[in-house]
Amino acid sequence: MTSQETATATPLFSMSGISKYYGGVRALEKAELTVMPGRIHAILGENGAGKSTLIKIMAGVVASDEGRLLLEGREVSFASPADAASSGIACVFQELSLIPDLSVADNICISNPPRRFGMIDRQAQRVIAGEALARAGADDIHPRTLVKDLPLSRRQIVEIAKALARKPRILILDEATSALTAGDVAKIFAVLKRFRSEGMALLYISHRMHEIAELADECTVFRNGRNVATYKAGTRSETEVVEMMIGREYKNVFPPKPVYVSRPEPPVLECRDLGWDDRLRNISLTVGEGEVVGLGGLDGQGQRDLLLALFGVLRGITGEILIDGKPQSIASPTKACDESIGMALIPEDRKTEGLMLPMTVRENLSFAALDRVARRGIIDRDKEEQLIDEMVRLLTIKTAGLDIPVGALSGGNQQKVVIAKWLMRSPRLILLNDPTRGIDVGTKQELYALLRRLADQGAAILFYSTDYDELIGCCDRVLVLYDGSVINELSGDRLTERALVASALNVDQARMKEVRT
Amino acid sequence: MKEWRFWLAEQRQTLMAIGIFAVMFAIYVANHPAGFTANVVQTAANKSVLLAFVAMAQTLVVITAGIDLSVGMIFILTNCLASWLVVGGAGATTLGVIAVLGSGLACGILNGLIVIYGRLQPIVATIATGAAYFGIALLLRPYPGGSVNEDLADALTGKLFGVVPASLVALAAVVLVVWVPFSRSVLGRAAYASGSSEPAAYMSGMPIRRAKFLAYALAGLLASIGGLFLTFFTYTGEAAYASGNAYTLFSIAAVVLGGVSLFGGKGSVIGAIFGAFAFRTIGDLLFVFDFDPLWQPLFQGVVLLIAVSLGAFGLFRVRNRLEWFG
Repeated sequence: MTSQETATATPLFSMSGISKYYGGVRALEKAELTVMPGRIHAILGENGAGKSTLIKIMAGVVASDEGRLLLEGREVSFASPADAASSGIACVFQELSLIPDLSVADNICISNPPRRFGMIDRQAQRVIAGEALARAGADDIHPRTLVKDLPLSRRQIVEIAKALARKPRILILDEATSALTAGDVAKIFAVLKRFRSEGMALLYISHRMHEIAELADECTVFRNGRNVATYKAGTRSETEVVEMMIGREYKNVFPPKPVYVSRPEPPVLECRDLGWDDRLRNISLTVGEGEVVGLGGLDGQGQRDLLLALFGVLRGITGEILIDGKPQSIASPTKACDESIGMALIPEDRKTEGLMLPMTVRENLSFAALDRVARRGIIDRDKEEQLIDEMVRLLTIKTAGLDIPVGALSGGNQQKVVIAKWLMRSPRLILLNDPTRGIDVGTKQELYALLRRLADQGAAILFYSTDYDELIGCCDRVLVLYDGSVINELSGDRLTERALVASALNVDQARMKEVRT
Repeated sequence: MKEWRFWLAEQRQTLMAIGIFAVMFAIYVANHPAGFTANVVQTAANKSVLLAFVAMAQTLVVITAGIDLSVGMIFILTNCLASWLVVGGAGATTLGVIAVLGSGLACGILNGLIVIYGRLQPIVATIATGAAYFGIALLLRPYPGGSVNEDLADALTGKLFGVVPASLVALAAVVLVVWVPFSRSVLGRAAYASGSSEPAAYMSGMPIRRAKFLAYALAGLLASIGGLFLTFFTYTGEAAYASGNAYTLFSIAAVVLGGVSLFGGKGSVIGAIFGAFAFRTIGDLLFVFDFDPLWQPLFQGVVLLIAVSLGAFGLFRVRNRLEWFG
């Protein structure tokens, strides 16, 4: 199909003026997207650029606040995923939508199973599932296997087979190949190309540039909740694409970094060849006293697992963890918090892992430090009061009082409480898991200053963030993770947004420079 | 051929419950003075089907990852109702039976409305409705009494062809009419799916709410079948508070023994029925070995503990400790 034909053909599906807000945070603003039949349309963008929200609106999982959806020129609205499915839109989600306790066949036929006398016909269902699996190039999976007994990569194929069994007109694949082996990917690609030739419209979201290059007809780049460019595949270089994805104004909100001096030895934290399952591989890193080390990369490349591994949450870890140069086995979070190690983990999801929302600010603040303010099991109220006052002042927590539920505070102040709670233990090694997600700019700035101040006072900080600006502005060094291992370390002048994005996508930087000059 | 292996994996929990029961029952009849006779089987069956019906009710709700603490009270309430209504000639009796089953269904529907559409937690909601149901039972029968159509009662508690216990046949019929269609319907599958992973079920566009609602409603109906049979065995109605509570708790025990996961998404009514049988047989075992009945609660507790421990072995394989809490 030539570009001229594309221009005259009627779009199968289009979205216009789509906006979506979560609380005060804008996820999408006046986004546009047009999907043509018989084409594979790739969507690119950084973490948080709005791709996932766009897909969710298309698949009926969330409703947009503004804008129109047109299916073959007719205005439609989806109240639920079932609505979207009946309009012929099937989505393979990044978070899998399979039911673990049901069989593969049950899962594949879940939305519209074959029936006889009103009851599900299991025999027919197995046949349908077998066919769908075969089309997805996975006839080695038995339809009667339980989904929970399959490894992640196989589950992802089942997920694709499930979408195919609905015979969709529009198929959305959101990071659908992230857990697949190269062999599986090749099979899936062949299938996707066949569907394209049969007139299906495919939306393909991936961070893997070479996959997009092989598969896509059109590409749309998203940034900050808007589509910034749509172009025909192959007409832009990787460098140009990366630039389109970044293209943000850079605000100077970060405290100055101290000049790099030689760090005291031994480092507070050192790990050697850390591994876990197949999710973490050969990770070696050091974090010295007074140092802020960043963890970068795309979402879900093992950063969270690494922090959990260090904090003693994961079992079956291989490799060595050294604290102050001495090997330690950290078997539980209790051990990690112990005075001898002095570790603190500021979790990602403050609502479930960080705070007890209905309890008061005071109670939340003291939980992690009770042993420090108690003598023989009895809490010393004065000492507790003193520490809490200190923290509220240090972090400028804005609260109507210490005895109101922490759930009544704003998101930014809740996050401050989480951090204060751990600072009450005066930890020497602070792990942060994307602490600024969903909080306002002002609070972010305060947190950056705080991190630097803690480091200056001698703390060692390991900081995972999905925000590249933050990593560049806050960190002395950044380790970029890809597929469970550290693929690049950036510091000083080499720590640029371009280098971060390129490493995160595992694009060869040397080649990028070449293209540029 | 690998097919039989998949079948085995699917039915493992149920087969284990059947196995536990078979062993216990074999020991029981081997030591019974009368041995394996139709009468011994009939007595055992009649004692077991009551709990089996209530356990079936519990299973449907537990599959959706909920719990119904009012099943025992619905059982008692319908017993009291039946002692007023299931009397007189064939026509009146039939109407009475329909009214009793209808009230059970109504109780279940009310639970479903409160839990699913009112979004209250199932534990609290069903404790509350259970107390209310018992209150009505108490008003109906302040003192034990009433009667039941004895012809029907004797027919359903006696033996078919002089061999097969009629109560077991009734149980099998209910399984066939209620469970088999439910488990193979789209709503039944949605019930499993929402118990296993509600977000995934939602993302797959399944009718989660209707499925859960149906589970609670059918639970009420099944508990009322139990209540009906209680009336057939005792010929009276009695608002027995302790008995209602015991049936609720034993139904949960039977469900667990039968391999139904309290986390939802797993297990079948067949397993729960054999779980109920096994639980009931504990008492019989103590009887044939001449233990003081005082030992019964202790023994039931120990057996339950062992069964639950077997199910907990999976936790040793967890590699991310946060999953312990998921």
